Amino acid sequence: MEKTLVLLHTVDGQVPQAGLETLGLAKSLGGEFDLAVLGAGAASAAQQISGGAAGVLAVEGDAFAVSRYATDAAACEALIRASGAPLILAPDTMRFHRALPGVAERLSAAIDTHVVSLNSEGAVERWYYRQRIEASLRRAQRPWILLVEPGSQPAAAPQPGAAPEILSVSCDTRTKIEGFSTPLAGEQTIRPDAPLLFVAGAGWTKKQKDGAVHVEEAANLILDFVRRTQCSLGSSKSLVDLSGEGQAVLPFLTHLHQVGQTGSSPRHKKGLATCCHGEEPHVVGWRFIQERRAINLDPNCGWVRGKADVVYVADAFEVMRELLKLI
Amino acid sequence: MPYQIIVCGGLAPDPLQTLEPVFDPARPSLKNELMLPAVFDPWAAHALYEAGHLARQHPGSVVRVVSLAPKAKLQQVMMTVAQKLPLELVALDGPGGGFTDAAAVAAALADAIAAMPDLDRSRLLLFGGWESATRGAGAVMQRVAERLGITEQFLAVDELSVEADGSLLVKERIEGGRHQISRCSSPPVMLAWATGNLPEPPNHPQTGMANMRVIMPALQKAKPVALEPAAEFLRTALPSVIRQTRVVKDVPAAEIAREIAEWIRQ
Ligand SMILES: Cc1cc2nc3c(=O)[nH]c(=O)nc-3n(C[C@H](O)[C@H](O)[C@H](O)COP(=O)(O)OP(=O)(O)OC[C@H]3O[C@@H](n4cnc5c(N)ncnc54)[C@H](O)[C@@H]3O)c2cc1C
Repeated sequence: MEKTLVLLHTVDGQVPQAGLETLGLAKSLGGEFDLAVLGAGAASAAQQISGGAAGVLAVEGDAFAVSRYATDAAACEALIRASGAPLILAPDTMRFHRALPGVAERLSAAIDTHVVSLNSEGAVERWYYRQRIEASLRRAQRPWILLVEPGSQPAAAPQPGAAPEILSVSCDTRTKIEGFSTPLAGEQTIRPDAPLLFVAGAGWTKKQKDGAVHVEEAANLILDFVRRTQCSLGSSKSLVDLSGEGQAVLPFLTHLHQVGQTGSSPRHKKGLATCCHGEEPHVVGWRFIQERRAINLDPNCGWVRGKADVVYVADAFEVMRELLKLI
Repeated sequence: MPYQIIVCGGLAPDPLQTLEPVFDPARPSLKNELMLPAVFDPWAAHALYEAGHLARQHPGSVVRVVSLAPKAKLQQVMMTVAQKLPLELVALDGPGGGFTDAAAVAAALADAIAAMPDLDRSRLLLFGGWESATRGAGAVMQRVAERLGITEQFLAVDELSVEADGSLLVKERIEGGRHQISRCSSPPVMLAWATGNLPEPPNHPQTGMANMRVIMPALQKAKPVALEPAAEFLRTALPSVIRQTRVVKDVPAAEIAREIAEWIRQ
């Protein structure tokens, strides 16, 4: 196996789970690897996990504490050049996904993103056409940068090792980071590391048995469940579109929550679908949810046709009311 | 101040189509690829709507679409896209589809942009989708921008506003369902869009007619582009995961809740 560089960044001074997963993949290949870390507290974060690495590098400092293309690209370029490894593994976080394709251009390197496996013969697997087709490929071109999909690899146990060599990198930029916002009014409901994904479908806003809609109760049940279980919250397209049209329907669901062909494909161990029909464009977004259960009034809904492990033909309002008593 | 807005966008099979891969290691493709109805790539379409909106707010701005696709398909799709907003087209006639190489596509797009005779780079906003619905690499726009020397780049953008001092305020998606807010003092910038906030503009036949007068000649002039395969494909396949579904019926809600609570705790 050729030499690899494991390129990571910190979040709040630590290497996040996605980074440990990339490190886990590199270690599983059994070859020699360098470790490089970028961001606030990069040097100490690198040392906490550098056990087994041949060379250890870091870039830190105020300019690199924040996620921004110009500075991140400059730092990653410097780290990759300093290591010289032909194969670079990095987690496919938004930060690296923004920066590394441009770095590949600077280095005349190849890059593949959303990589879900790499074997010792150098073949990777990834998905095409919005997770509808899987493919395996190899490249002769080097350097080759691989962005590894979070949630697709077992994480490495952190092993402390040598302190890094700190590179000094300079870069001009016209961009300043001003802050963060959440479209969920303080409610942080998408948690990539959560074990459970809860998906709310359009049924929550439809007329119920009594002929009336119960959007307020639906909102309370959903948010109460999300808060108590700290799960991720997703939705189907029709719900997102309804809220996009300005109707007073579950306004906390935005395009950020949409799961499916034109939405995201989250990776969680478990998923619970409620009041959504299980139509194909929605269910392709469930491709990487391992255990799936659904609650739907309709015994012929899409989930029943081999898309879920368990389907409860039941009223989701009733089930969720009972469930909230138990958790 | 007017902007020169360039939107890079390819085509994708209409999302409702059934897709089946055909495996040829040299050139993998889709079954009946040329017969499948196509749409303008959804994320690039969001970029285009945002471009149209911004151009209306800044009179004198132009929106140019740069697209690499099989010419005949592009012509069909442009009949619809042209109804939406005023635009100019720079067409490149070449293979589309998910198995083409992101780097080669980026090089072709960047060359086409660099060759525009009247491009004022100091007013340039380079737009595109953050990923395509075909290759889904999310790597083309950064490579195009680098080739054009643009190092202020944003990925998965949902909002752009121009402040009174001309600086650009950008909201990009980051992890945890949040947005990062950045201020860039001036163009040129590259913005790879997520969904943005704008709906699809309604069709406007007069706009469509005016657009087609410039789009048809552009299609006729479309430069042929050959994309050499850069990767060696070992396999393409449809995932085959049908589950044995257990259907639970006529069971009281409390009992179902107990089962689900236990499953969540496991
Ligand atoms: C090009 C294209 C792309 C698309 N992309 C996506 C995508 O990315 N993501 C996506 O989600 N969709 C997508 N769609 C739309 C998708 O096909 C469906 O229309 C959508 O997902 C349906 O939403 P739903 O299942 O929530 O609602 P519905 O189809 O309205 O289903 C509501 C369900 O709720 C059930 N229900 C109602 N009340 C209760 C109750 N009290 N208890 C239990 N069950 C109840 C009903 O039985 C019904 O099955 C796309 C469509 C197109 C054309």
